[in-house]
Amino acid sequence: MTIEVRNLVKKFGSFAALDGVDLKVDNGELLALLGPSGSGKTTLLRIIAGLDWPDSGEVSFNGEDALAQGARERHVGFVFQHYALFRHMTVFENVAFGLRVQPRAVRKEEAAIRARVKELLDLVQLDWLADRYPSQLSGGQRQRIALARALAIEPRILLLDEPFGALDAKVRKELRRWLRSLHHEINVTSIFVTHDQEEALEVANRVVVMDKGRIEQIGSPDDVYESPATAFVHGFIGESIELPVQIANGVVQLGDRPLQLAADGLAPGASKLFVRRHDMLVGPPGSGAFEGAVQHVRNFGPVQRAEVALSGGETIEIDAPRDRELHVGDRIGLEPRRYRIFAG
Amino acid sequence: MTMQIADSVSLSSPDAKARAHAAAARDNLRTEPRAVRIVIITLAVLFLSVFVVLPLVVVFAQAFSKGILAYLAALAEPEALAAIKLTLLVAAISVGLNLVFGLVAAWAIAKFDFSGKTFLITLIDLPFSVSPVISGLVFVLLFGAQGYFGGWLRDHDIQILFAVPGIALATTFVTFPFVARALIPLMQEQGTQEEEAAISLGASGLQTFFRVTLPNIKWGVLYGVLLCNARAMGEFGAVSVVSGHIRGETNTMPLLVEILYNEYQFVAAFAIASLLAMLALITLIAKTVLERHLDEGQDASDH
Repeated sequence: MTIEVRNLVKKFGSFAALDGVDLKVDNGELLALLGPSGSGKTTLLRIIAGLDWPDSGEVSFNGEDALAQGARERHVGFVFQHYALFRHMTVFENVAFGLRVQPRAVRKEEAAIRARVKELLDLVQLDWLADRYPSQLSGGQRQRIALARALAIEPRILLLDEPFGALDAKVRKELRRWLRSLHHEINVTSIFVTHDQEEALEVANRVVVMDKGRIEQIGSPDDVYESPATAFVHGFIGESIELPVQIANGVVQLGDRPLQLAADGLAPGASKLFVRRHDMLVGPPGSGAFEGAVQHVRNFGPVQRAEVALSGGETIEIDAPRDRELHVGDRIGLEPRRYRIFAG
Repeated sequence: MTMQIADSVSLSSPDAKARAHAAAARDNLRTEPRAVRIVIITLAVLFLSVFVVLPLVVVFAQAFSKGILAYLAALAEPEALAAIKLTLLVAAISVGLNLVFGLVAAWAIAKFDFSGKTFLITLIDLPFSVSPVISGLVFVLLFGAQGYFGGWLRDHDIQILFAVPGIALATTFVTFPFVARALIPLMQEQGTQEEEAAISLGASGLQTFFRVTLPNIKWGVLYGVLLCNARAMGEFGAVSVVSGHIRGETNTMPLLVEILYNEYQFVAAFAIASLLAMLALITLIAKTVLERHLDEGQDASDH
């Protein structure tokens, strides 16, 4: 099932949750909608599911107008952030719900329903919990039951809203890997919403980065990390050093100091310089584009994270390999191995 | 909690002095001196005895003052039986109507957004803020001989005032808020996610309501029905205005109690009153049980 979204606009009062969004999702894809809270990613997901309606724009599934159908007819599996399991039903009945509410004409026999539920519980590896109630499960178990319930109706599309948002770090990592292999197995077109970049980059085939109701970039995990399209994406994904610079006469200036950085093709005016923390190479004083004094050092596994006060007064954090120990008070030169400059 | 802290202090301190300190600390946690505590508790017990327990005892004492046979005879009077029947009928009608109205109103308010919602919530509370006598008078103004619909009703030979329909209407009006009030906060807290999940799984509106919404609020519904029923059976003011006090026909139990009392038939009056008092006691017990269920339901949804 392909999904196509064209020029979607949704306003809540004067706040534009979606401000002209275009998106194409290919059949069998596992797509991540990544963005900070309030970026419109959940609204987009809910509109695709039919739980919200846009003010204008189009949504189509396989070329058919989806907005002409209600949530009930769309055949979309939706996994809610807080699971929304039916609290008065057992796990078994939760998963069976979608099968039991089907019109009599197409409803399966009781035995077939039981077999299907059993199969789904096996798929999420929780068949031993069939008789429990949702309140007796852990967060990770609830999440997997919510997924089994959504899969019961053999959805054409699977939508997951912050699927791991409410779980602790360890369970989250396990479930991430599990979701990816599950998707591989069932291969249904899936979109999940997250504000966690690691999650998006690790699980998804493609990542859609959103901010303020607009799509900032669509690309593979490598694309959005290695070649961010906008200042927002660079700042949001990966840990970056961000410095306000001026472009004048083909020279990049930080404050009143010219930097030895190429400014070819850059428009003059106020700009932002982005460097990944680990892309700042440490050398002797005077050796790079920047110079500064080490203020603070902490070790993080393979790297040492140093706070450096630049000679112009700005403070930046860098991640340096531990082969050359840094000490508080050291004067060092810094050369960005790679950097990006965005206007504005 | 406080005891545990004090105990652990006394256990970890080797000498008697430390133990004395621990005891002092324990006493300090209850800040009031013993004498003050005794006075306050005595006052509370006295107050409750005089204003709550004593009236209840008096009702039963008076009802049984001429023996159990007189009590049973008073209840077996045709007038008493008619009043009991009428009260049960009126309660059944008004609880039934308010169950439907309350569910619909709470569903609309808790699960949907629309303009005028606050106004609607205020409107639902209106019967609580208006004196029951006024509520009764409204129906007299509407359906009385001189009222807006009085002429039309007379022409079509329909009797509302001084008959069962009027009593049922007045009672329904006065007890309208109970079910809605019990359900609105409960349903608002539960949110709409389970309903959304049900619909996205292919359930129709009715299936969603009966399979998801209603089971989630069943204890709240019972709670509302219980309070609604207690008030419907006990309502005096509004019913008194619209009833017409026709003996054996339009007297409910509370009205009959007053009439019998005014006629110095104390045993009969208190016999009927004892039934109402028992209703109150049963309601209280059932309310406690239901509140426990409601709390459990909430706990379960918290995790």
